[in-house]
Amino acid sequence: MSFASFSEFLAMGNHGVYVWTSYGAGLVVLLLNVALPLLGRRRYLQDEARRLRREEMK
Amino acid sequence: MNWTWFHKLGSPKWFYEISGRWLPWLSGAAVVLLLVGSVWGLAFAPQDYQQGNSFRIIYLHVPTAILAQSIYVMLAVAGVVGLVWKMKLADVALQQAAPIGAWMTFLALLTGAVWGKPTWGAWWVWDARLTAMLILLFLYFGIIALGNAITNRDSAAKACAVLAIVGVVNIPIIKYSVEWWNTLHQPATFRLTEKPAMPPEMWLPLLVMVIGFYCFLGAVLLMRMRLEILKREARTSWVRAELRAQVEGRP
Repeated sequence: MSFASFSEFLAMGNHGVYVWTSYGAGLVVLLLNVALPLLGRRRYLQDEARRLRREEMK
Repeated sequence: MNWTWFHKLGSPKWFYEISGRWLPWLSGAAVVLLLVGSVWGLAFAPQDYQQGNSFRIIYLHVPTAILAQSIYVMLAVAGVVGLVWKMKLADVALQQAAPIGAWMTFLALLTGAVWGKPTWGAWWVWDARLTAMLILLFLYFGIIALGNAITNRDSAAKACAVLAIVGVVNIPIIKYSVEWWNTLHQPATFRLTEKPAMPPEMWLPLLVMVIGFYCFLGAVLLMRMRLEILKREARTSWVRAELRAQVEGRP
């Protein structure tokens, strides 16, 4: 561990703003990249389910 | 060398099945490696004697920059494969990898700017490395826009493949920009031929992050490609069967 306390860890020796901005942005971008295809797949499957039901009613 | 795997790639059905088996492993590896790498880099790696703790941005900046460039090379390779062998999967890979590449380039530029402020005293300088990375971002935008603008799938595939291949000239420019020109940007941390200039406590977490980011790329790319294959091959009997199974799997 290179920090003595948790508050020192958060402060990052005066560079806290820069370090945590970077990692925050990184987390958001990574989560977005995972969420978009997952949501896309769910929406596509829902559309297909609706289409299948319509076809069965005919 | 056995080339059957290459011929099998011509079949979207085969790819869909095999990628379904790889996906959980790649996702699991990505989550574990990225968690381990960032905790290690943020809390356990020693601080830099000059840059202090701001250097910890390296664990995000370098992997995203490496990915930004390797994804572009991948696009060019997929472009060649698509043009020469007329492989449908190559265009799927190209179109689906481009947005991930754009995001990675964006993240590399953003973390670079945030790192540049405390280190160089400026968010942005028109330095060779930075400018070449910005051009890379615009190349990604160009490919994405071109792919969406042309309605005919085959023409779009050809146009994007050509743009990807032409644009690859930018990659060596990015790579060697720190050696060809006098730049503010520091030279590469890793070299294939020499030992890293950093102590292992510093570069090991970086290595973990780089491998983690590659696993992340693999997982996200497979997810995107699988969805695109379902959409493009919607008329084939195997996709219909797969959709029916998926839809009925959760009522």
